[in-house]
Amino acid sequence: MNVKVTQEIIDSNRRTFIDKVIKGTIGGSLMLMIPMSSKLFGEVLSEEATLKNTINPMNLKANYCFMVDVSACIGCGNCCVADRKENNVPEGQYRTWVERYVIDMMNQIYVDSPNGGEKGYANTPLHETIKEVKEAFFVPKLCNMCDEPSCTQVCPVAATFTTPDGFVLVDKEHCVACGYCIQACPYGVRFINEETKTADKCTWCYHRVRKGKLPACVNACPTGARKFGDLNDPQSEVFKIYHSASRLRVLKKDLGNEPQLYYINLHEEVV
Amino acid sequence: MDAGMLQYVFPNDTHAHWTLMIVIYPYITGVVAGAFIVSALAHVFKVQSLMPVAKFALIFALSWLLFVTAPLLNHLGQPQRALNMLFTPNYVGPSMMAGFGYIYMSYSILLIFEILIIYRYELVLLKERSNGLKKVIYDVLTLWTNDKSIEGRKFDHKVAFVLAAIGIPLASSLHGYVGFIFGAVKTVEWWFTPLMPIIFLLSASVSGIAGMILFYILIKKFTNKVDEIQTDTIKTLVKLLWTFFIFDFLFEMLEIAVHAYGGTQGWHHVSGLLSGPLAWSFWTMQVTTLSIIPFFILGYLSLVKVSRKVLLIVAPIVSLMLLIQVLFMRWNVVIGGQLLAKSERGFATYHPLMFEKEGILVTAIMLIAPIVTLWLLSKIFPLWESPCDKELLH
Ligand code: SF4
Ligand code: SF4
Repeated sequence: MNVKVTQEIIDSNRRTFIDKVIKGTIGGSLMLMIPMSSKLFGEVLSEEATLKNTINPMNLKANYCFMVDVSACIGCGNCCVADRKENNVPEGQYRTWVERYVIDMMNQIYVDSPNGGEKGYANTPLHETIKEVKEAFFVPKLCNMCDEPSCTQVCPVAATFTTPDGFVLVDKEHCVACGYCIQACPYGVRFINEETKTADKCTWCYHRVRKGKLPACVNACPTGARKFGDLNDPQSEVFKIYHSASRLRVLKKDLGNEPQLYYINLHEEVV
Repeated sequence: MDAGMLQYVFPNDTHAHWTLMIVIYPYITGVVAGAFIVSALAHVFKVQSLMPVAKFALIFALSWLLFVTAPLLNHLGQPQRALNMLFTPNYVGPSMMAGFGYIYMSYSILLIFEILIIYRYELVLLKERSNGLKKVIYDVLTLWTNDKSIEGRKFDHKVAFVLAAIGIPLASSLHGYVGFIFGAVKTVEWWFTPLMPIIFLLSASVSGIAGMILFYILIKKFTNKVDEIQTDTIKTLVKLLWTFFIFDFLFEMLEIAVHAYGGTQGWHHVSGLLSGPLAWSFWTMQVTTLSIIPFFILGYLSLVKVSRKVLLIVAPIVSLMLLIQVLFMRWNVVIGGQLLAKSERGFATYHPLMFEKEGILVTAIMLIAPIVTLWLLSKIFPLWESPCDKELLH
């Protein structure tokens, strides 16, 4: 059942999928089929990143935004694997994860994310009480890089801060690990890194972006479900989507955090 | 639409991050603030029946104050950087937690000065009668003065009055502020209410007063000085406790009643919490056993003429119940709020272990330490009213 759903989604996205493979998201798509050594994977990634890069690393006036196209995500988990490698995230902690939503004919909603979706969903059976599936989709989650971040507001030592180009980051040399930001973030993206013993979270790969590369997860996504770019750059994909008729939505809008992470075709069931 | 049968919490949000340490941190702060209020009632508002415990209240507050930071430091992942909160505070946010550092510091300084001034004359007298290490300690505590003049004492009196008067808003803000640390977190529906600082303040007063009744009677019993217990003092404290507790309990219930009546989405999560993971600790313990029962007992003690014997048995028991009530309240707030998963589809978990770093044993030690400290402090500061305290009044 699950494989079938996945297959359908792949089919519907086949065009973009093949497009990506041809254009060079080779690392990502190969990951679906064969296990690769981390070294080779890393090389493919960085080479590819410079190829499709439209980011000007020196532009501090950029208005970066992240977009997730829910209808394009196939739940493969490549993004999560790439993220863990790129950022040395300890096992059991998550900078990004992929959730699976399944809605049955009774409108019951089943959500899960075993291992943060890192191992993909091909071998994860559906909940046993699900008889017939009405709808199923995957939702990648990561830091929303809020314009009004509640995490920076509460941090007692200003170890969590916003960069001039709009990234919310943590200074791990200064963080006292009080955990207040973890309470304050509405999206549950923060954790105390068990190795550094300081607050940690997704950075949208700031270190890569400042070098003109794409975030590791965007790079690894075989379907283009994850998009990143500058909203001030009319050439960027995000600009075009932002100014098109696409339905964009942010998470937990009512809380007033003003996320810069937009979802395309997001279902209202998603929190 | 149905919330779904499958519980789902975000992968970083499966357990409470703030542990037992953050449960006892507002607890300890609360006892400090509550005890101070008793001493202020005596020193500023001249409530005569509280005079016998006015000094005890200060030392009692100090013994708890010394342990306010212990659970915090034990909880921080980087305790060696704790002072960053004072040196590089986040004033842009501004961070409520950073502000606490300053209030705590100011209050500590004030309390210590208040104690030194109120005790100054008595310590000078004690210094004359002691020798060795004790004399050195008294020398330091009196700042090397031997002034016994009546003018000097009158001056002390004035300063103590002013300090106590400043101390009232400061002690109140100390604890109201702790409530703000929780009440300002908009992401946790169980915390996010303007009533939080008020509830914290009132429950602080309850725990402080209850603690004083309990230990006043216990210490006198253990030192075989039951006769010295002033019935009047206990009665006043009991009435005070009842009054504060009525307001405390009223606001605790009001908060829930308004939410429940409003029936917003947020309330659906909170009601799931109250009928689920918090059902026992909130309804059975905090509300029924430890609030409703003490409410009637205190009412009885306050309104009906009871014999001294009954008073001295029942008052400490009901005080102990309220001390535990406040502890349950802290647990239900601090842990309860974190159990509400941010996925809005279930609950996180928290099961403290006996021997972990922030576990039950360490918590117990931190709650016993102030009592041991009180005993140590009593070796230096006489806890009770001495004849010299009354001299000045006549
Ligand atoms: S999603 Fe959370 S961690 Fe990221 S900026 Fe917003 S509040 Fe901060
Ligand atoms: S855990 Fe670190 S970054 Fe988060 S609020 Fe505390 S000091 Fe700031």
